[in-house]
Amino acid sequence: MTAPRILDRKTAVPALVGSPSDFLIVSGLAGAAKDTAELTQEASNAYMLGGAMGGGVPMAFGLALAQPDRRVLAIVGDADLLMFLGALATVGVVQPANLAILVVDNGHCGETGYQEWHTNTVVDLELVAKGSGIATTHTVSTEADIEAAARSLRESNGTAFVWLRTSTAEPPKYHRNFDAVDRKNIFRKALLGKA
Amino acid sequence: MSDATPSWQDRLYDQLRANGVDLFVYVPDAGHKTTINRAKADPGATAVALTNEAEGVPILAGYHLGGRKGVLLMQSSGVGNCVNQFSLIEIGRFPFLTFIAMRGEYGEQNQWQFPMGRGVEPCLAAMGLHALKVATEADLAPATQAAHDMAFRGKQGVGVMLSQRLIGTKAF
Repeated sequence: MTAPRILDRKTAVPALVGSPSDFLIVSGLAGAAKDTAELTQEASNAYMLGGAMGGGVPMAFGLALAQPDRRVLAIVGDADLLMFLGALATVGVVQPANLAILVVDNGHCGETGYQEWHTNTVVDLELVAKGSGIATTHTVSTEADIEAAARSLRESNGTAFVWLRTSTAEPPKYHRNFDAVDRKNIFRKALLGKA
Repeated sequence: MSDATPSWQDRLYDQLRANGVDLFVYVPDAGHKTTINRAKADPGATAVALTNEAEGVPILAGYHLGGRKGVLLMQSSGVGNCVNQFSLIEIGRFPFLTFIAMRGEYGEQNQWQFPMGRGVEPCLAAMGLHALKVATEADLAPATQAAHDMAFRGKQGVGVMLSQRLIGTKAF
């Protein structure tokens, strides 16, 4: 891929998501969890993984099936998505209309020392999403791409997939609560009225 | 369905539905065929085919976050695929219930099935999940209820291992 990597995730992710309280949010581990924690200030509508790599998209998919009247957003890194690429095919078959997927792709495994990853050389995730049957897809690599993609994250009629290509600038520094039971109870209490 | 006595698979499906389970995620196994077909034909339930069993673990955790109950149907070989995702069940104390159609044990003729068949229980145990073994029709309903209650009331991960004594063995 030759599309530029000029966007900084610290500004591009908030620009794409807008008001995070409009969504139920599940994030994958590492940088995407930091983006999400900073963006939401760990509000009760966000659940961030700290392990179980690959689980971000399927967990958001499960939440979208359970809560068809809420808009559900998955925020995951490129390596997280690539680990369970088949999950896109599963999503593509079902196409929940209330699911949006935002891939924050810096082309590297940032958490482990910025090893170059597959999307930095040849892999086109928008093509993969299209090939998985997801009809609404966007590649975002410049500021001009943001507005239309942001609209799809909120309004698409089928599952929306946004591939955000960023620089290797660090994700926000945010020291979040890693207690998975605590966060689960906070999320469920806010959504369901009981943990 | 005919007016004959329902099969154990039909009774299993009805029991899960009676307990409020309405999502069935699966990688097919012949032992789960009826359950999968029932779920696909049931307007009150959702059946989702997975490319890999491991997807089923976070899908069910997300479904629980949203306040609903699902189960994962898989073959013994799928348990190995799930191992790292089981971290989520253990560390988040998510209710998790899976029915595992066993291969590689009683009467198995395909030698490729033995390693993971043997590995099911150690993998579940290593990741903090409970294993309940079912080898007879008489034990299926009580074990299913026990597993459901452990999972959804006790907030545990539970694998119900359906033996080839129950399912039957495949000829090669």
